[in-house]
Amino acid sequence: MSDSEQGETRERETVLTRLLGPSGDVLGCEECFIELDRYVELDVASLDPDRHVPGMRAHLEGCPACAEDFQSLKALLESEPRRP
Amino acid sequence: MTMPTEIPAGDPASPSADDSRLWLERLGASGPRRDAAIVELHALLLKAARFEIDRRRASLPHLRGDDWEDLAHESAADALSALLAKLGDFRGEARFTTWAYKFALLEASVKTRRRGWQGREIPIADDAWARLADTSVTAGAHVEDTELMEALRQEMTGTLTKRQREVLVAVTLNDVPIDVLAERLETTRGALYKTLHDARRKLRIALAERGFRIDGTREEAS
Repeated sequence: MSDSEQGETRERETVLTRLLGPSGDVLGCEECFIELDRYVELDVASLDPDRHVPGMRAHLEGCPACAEDFQSLKALLESEPRRP
Repeated sequence: MTMPTEIPAGDPASPSADDSRLWLERLGASGPRRDAAIVELHALLLKAARFEIDRRRASLPHLRGDDWEDLAHESAADALSALLAKLGDFRGEARFTTWAYKFALLEASVKTRRRGWQGREIPIADDAWARLADTSVTAGAHVEDTELMEALRQEMTGTLTKRQREVLVAVTLNDVPIDVLAERLETTRGALYKTLHDARRKLRIALAERGFRIDGTREEAS
């Protein structure tokens, strides 16, 4: 497969992913906001956030705005000195 | 406003629980003790708002330094109001400061995205979909891909409502932020996400009924 064909394939896969979203997305944006602080703290501490907040990962994969909020809060916590 | 008097979850003996409890006690007090807590909380929210806005500066190169600072102060003030109205919802499952930060980050991100789209037309027509549908018939496309994309095109026009199609295309293909679109359509981010979610679910079901898996191949007939 040529580079351009590979590029087209990747583009189609991206389109499909974006259009169809993740399977198992059961949270809405409100629930995501409620759980965001706990989820991010667990993520920063590598404490298996997806086990504690099921469905959050799928929502973040399907909602670009919530995904940005997740990345921002994570970056902010990581920018601070570690606390006990 | 309901003022929580104790941390309902998490480890009550942890230093972060102590910090959170102190925040709640001070914000639940009256007079100078509460005033001082509000000032401190505002400073915390302003720090978070500036952090978020700094991350987004590149997306709004035409704004001046004062504009950014105004945006940060607006975000912090609105976040403070929103947070105080929701203080009774704090569950103690994260630090109070982390819980507070998310209000400021949300306000700053929404305001920045809206500023970025201010005066711009929202592309809700499905031009992007039409262009992408064309790519499925180029010479390099696999037959399975072409069939899937064609099925998707048919289901988008045949299964989805006009509103569902417009929201889906705007958010997923035209990169319109969902809160910007919600403001233009005079609805909420949550309601719009439900529209998006319902549209995706209908498409997944329709494609499954046609025998497609989402990885782009058709199921073998059993």
